[in-house]
Amino acid sequence: MIGKLFTIALSAILVENFIFSQFLGICPFMGVSKKPNTALGMGFAVTFVMTLASAATWAVNQYLLVPLKLEYMQTVAFILVIAALVQLVEMFLQKSVPALYQALGIYLPLITTNCAVLGVALLNIQKGYSFLESVVYGFTGGLGFLLAIVLFSFVRERIDHCDCPKAFRGFPIALIAAGLVALAFMGFSGMSIG
Amino acid sequence: MTFRSQLKDGLLRKNPVLVQLLGMCSTMAITTTLFNGIGMGLSVTVILILSNVFISALRKVIPNKIRIAAYIVIIAGFVTIVDLLLQAFIPALSENLGVFIPLIVVNCIILGRAEAFASKHNVWQSALDGLCQGIGYTLALVIMCLIRELIGNGTIAGGFSFINGGNGIRIVPEAYRILIFALPVGGFLTLGFVIAGSQWLSRKLDEKAARKEAEQQ
Repeated sequence: MIGKLFTIALSAILVENFIFSQFLGICPFMGVSKKPNTALGMGFAVTFVMTLASAATWAVNQYLLVPLKLEYMQTVAFILVIAALVQLVEMFLQKSVPALYQALGIYLPLITTNCAVLGVALLNIQKGYSFLESVVYGFTGGLGFLLAIVLFSFVRERIDHCDCPKAFRGFPIALIAAGLVALAFMGFSGMSIG
Repeated sequence: MTFRSQLKDGLLRKNPVLVQLLGMCSTMAITTTLFNGIGMGLSVTVILILSNVFISALRKVIPNKIRIAAYIVIIAGFVTIVDLLLQAFIPALSENLGVFIPLIVVNCIILGRAEAFASKHNVWQSALDGLCQGIGYTLALVIMCLIRELIGNGTIAGGFSFINGGNGIRIVPEAYRILIFALPVGGFLTLGFVIAGSQWLSRKLDEKAARKEAEQQ
C-alpha cells in the first residue's frame, strides 16, 4: 500500500513530470515563470487546487456518474466541479486566510482553465486509482508542477539578459531553454521503480 | 471585414499558436505523426466553429457575470460530442490523442475566441472566424508534425493506415533518426524554432510592405 503510493508520488514528481513529460499545464508554466516569487505562488496554488480537485472529481465520478451511468458526461461534470471548486477556494481563502489569499489570489481564477487540473482528474479515472491514490497523485503531480516552474523561473531570469538572435528574443528562446530543462528531467526516465 | 483578411489573420498575422501563443499543451504533446496533427487540428476546428456559432447566437442572452462559466459548459458539450464520435468512428485517432481530446475544453484558443470574437460579432462572422483560426491552428500543428516526424522518426505522413500500412513514407534511414525529436524535449525545441521562424518571416513581410509603401509615395 505504502509502496504503491510511494511509486505514484515519485513518478508524478520526477519521472512523469506533468510539464516536462506529459505536457499538461504549459500555458501557466510559460506565462507565470518570469520571476521566482510569482512562480512559487502559482506552483502552490496549482498544488492546492489539484489535490482538492482530485478528491472532488473522484467522489463525483464514483458516487454520482457511475451509479447513474453518466460516465460519458465526465468532461462536462469535471470542468464544472473544478470551476466551482476554484470559486469556493477563492471565497474561503478571502474570508478566513487573507494572508494566503493575498499571495495566491491573482492566480486562482487562472487555474480553472489549467489543463493540468482537468488532466489529473481524467487521468485518475483512466488509471483506475482509488480515492487515496487519486489524492496522492493530485498532490504530488502539483509538487512536480511546483518544482518545474520554480526551477525554470531561475533559468528564465538569466535568459532576459542573454544576447540571442532577434527572431529568438522573448518566447522562442524561453521554449528552447524549457526544452533543455526537459532534457535534464529525461534522466529520471531511466529510473525503474517498483 | 472580409473573408480574405480573416483568413490571413488566422493563418499568419494572428495565428493562434505561432503569434498568440495559445493552446501550446496540445501543440507540443500530440505532434508526433501527421495523422495525429491533422486529426487534432480538424477536431479543434470543428469544435471552434460550433462553439463560436453557438456563443455568438446566445451572446445577448448570456448574462455578463456568468459568461465564462456558460462558455465553458457550451464548449464542454461540443468536446464531448466530438470525443464520442471519434471513439466510435476513428478509434485509432482517439487512442493516440488520449486525454488531449477531452482537454480541448481547456484549450485557451477556444475560450479565447469565444471571449475576444464570438461574444462581439454576428453568427456568420463568428463561424468564419472559427474556421480561419482552426485552419491556422491546424497549419501550425502540421508544420510541427512534419519537422518532428522527419527528424525524430525519418518518415513523412505516418499514422494514415492507407499510406504504407500506417508507417509513413521513409525519407531518412532508420539508423539515422534522432529519436529525441519524437520525445517531449523535441516538442519544446521544435516549437521554439518554429515560432522564431514565424517571427522572422513576419518581420521580413512587414519590411517588404513598408518598402513598397515608401516606393509608391
